Amino acid sequence: MLNNIAALLDSGAVAAVGDYESIATANGTGSSGVITFSSIPSTYKHIQIRYIARSTSGADGFITLNGSTSASRRHWVSGDGSSAGAASDALGYVVPTAGSSDAANIMGVGVIDILDYADTNKNKVTRTLGGIDRNGSGYVILFSGLWITTSAISSLSITAASGSWNTATTFALYGVK
Amino acid sequence: MAKTYEPIATTTLGSVASSVTFSSITGTYTDLLLVIAVKQSGTPQRWTSIRLNSDSGTNYSYTSLEGNGSTAGSYRESNQTRGAINFKTSPTDWGQNTVHFQNYSNTTTFKSWISRGDAAAQGPVAIAGLYRSTSAITSMLITLEGSGQNFDTGSTFTLYGIKAA
Repeated sequence: MLNNIAALLDSGAVAAVGDYESIATANGTGSSGVITFSSIPSTYKHIQIRYIARSTSGADGFITLNGSTSASRRHWVSGDGSSAGAASDALGYVVPTAGSSDAANIMGVGVIDILDYADTNKNKVTRTLGGIDRNGSGYVILFSGLWITTSAISSLSITAASGSWNTATTFALYGVK
Repeated sequence: MAKTYEPIATTTLGSVASSVTFSSITGTYTDLLLVIAVKQSGTPQRWTSIRLNSDSGTNYSYTSLEGNGSTAGSYRESNQTRGAINFKTSPTDWGQNTVHFQNYSNTTTFKSWISRGDAAAQGPVAIAGLYRSTSAITSMLITLEGSGQNFDTGSTFTLYGIKAA
């Protein structure tokens, strides 16, 4: 299904884009901490994940590309309501979510873009705009994630740091032509 | 077959206005995306804010991250009657931003938004916002914080719907 409209598809910048399609949607079950999009076609230029998420235990999720978490790295800049900071480490946690310690009904929210996801000449980079506000605490964050692999992304998993994705969790995968 | 991504409504101000409202938002889509390009007609400078479902209770909060060209900072407001979605503009500086409302029509979670914006004289900003209501979002009132300030002529407001498979 193609939509030929000029639209703003990027999580931050304005982009003149034509087609934007829904590839798949996955909802939390309350009994699994892993959501996987498999058999992702290479027919798009970019992919985007839009989500609200909450774990039954610890907050946040990490991304696995093509079944491998090796050689990942992330940099981020964030604000917690009083100060801003930036850091990096060798982890793939680029999916800010709510967890069991958050008040009921509060969800993490975000948009993750993976540009040129099927290009076999480039390492893969994820870009996250996400956060969680708890009415008195919380944070907003920009992640840049790096995966040292030039393989086209054909499967992508989002795994809770601990516990399961609750039933209000939704991850929706879109393709941008 | 329904479109995945389409404009729901758009408004371009032909004269200054204190607010813009999108009402009768249906539950047809999965997410909403609000795209605005605005500036104020006067001072003092104000954040752009939103009120949902005509709810004027103190049910809004947000956390921001911003940079001004020399330092980065973060700010928060809680228990507000509106929530910020973009940085301060001015009579000479436009601000643009995109505000994402994921799963806006579910009735089991509080509604969150994530916003990425900028104001020409202020810098970039990212905002995580919270509306403590499980009601589906059916209307949006976009204003400037405080009172007595207006959006200037030419300010644009467009609401898109995104529909997942």
